[in-house]
Amino acid sequence: MAMPTTPSVPAPRTPRRLRGRTNTELYAWMFMRVSGVLLVVLIFGHLFVNLMVGDGINALDFAFVAGKWASPFWQIWDLMMLWLAMIHGTNGLRTIINDYAERDQLRFWLKVGLYTATTVTIVLGTLVIFTFDPCPPDAAAELLPSFCPAP
Amino acid sequence: MNAGRASMRRPARLAAHRVRTGPTSRSEGKARVPKAPAGTLYRGREGMWSWVAHRVTGVGIFFFLFAHVLDTALVRVSPEAYNEVIGTYKNPIVGVMEVGLVGAVLFHALNGLRIVLIDFWSEGPRHQRRMLVGVGALWVALMAPFVVRHLSHVFGG
Repeated sequence: MAMPTTPSVPAPRTPRRLRGRTNTELYAWMFMRVSGVLLVVLIFGHLFVNLMVGDGINALDFAFVAGKWASPFWQIWDLMMLWLAMIHGTNGLRTIINDYAERDQLRFWLKVGLYTATTVTIVLGTLVIFTFDPCPPDAAAELLPSFCPAP
Repeated sequence: MNAGRASMRRPARLAAHRVRTGPTSRSEGKARVPKAPAGTLYRGREGMWSWVAHRVTGVGIFFFLFAHVLDTALVRVSPEAYNEVIGTYKNPIVGVMEVGLVGAVLFHALNGLRIVLIDFWSEGPRHQRRMLVGVGALWVALMAPFVVRHLSHVFGG
């Protein structure tokens, strides 16, 4: 009978970087945390100013939005909120699609739909913030913010 | 929290957290194979349910966000178009739905901060359950003044 030998197991080797792999998932994970903390500040500021101050939700109309977006401060605030919230939500939904859609084709098309909707929404929102005119020339004066010149 | 209370509660907490993997001895004699493994430290406990609630609120908020960007985009069409659509929101049913939306956003925000603390604070995982209690307490403390103020706007005209 042969002597019992200790089987030799090759030392585990995990290359530091597998060929073709990237750290995308790590960056996505980190983005969720960083954007999440920023969104807490941005969204609660947004909710407080729009719902708690003054007449709250009853004050919301065109003149209210125009009054805010006349200032670069709220333009940048809302622009950051739009981009961060859309990308944060899109990455969240991407995770959920990866978790529950098991067929490759379905997963692919769900993500195509998701990214299309996200791109359209971000582009639309960005254009609205930057091409917005708080005093449109053909509008009724009583609907406009008080700083608009009289027609 | 004082030390006396914490040490008093420790044995009960350890017992509640005992890890059970696989079927318990009671079910071993039966031929029926359980569909799911028995409860673990995670399954069916605070960790799992806060994860479920985080997903559900996240998806809900995301779909609201699409609608919110689209309705706000109407300011670019005309003041009349925007005011008309916003006017359809100014009723008690939407007012109460807004409370639900803010409640979902507030939970997602506070639980998100809890997740960040679990991930980046060395003591985070040890306190995850206590932090969820904190999330609940802060949620109630912040929702209370909001609900009073918002519903008085909605119902007070």
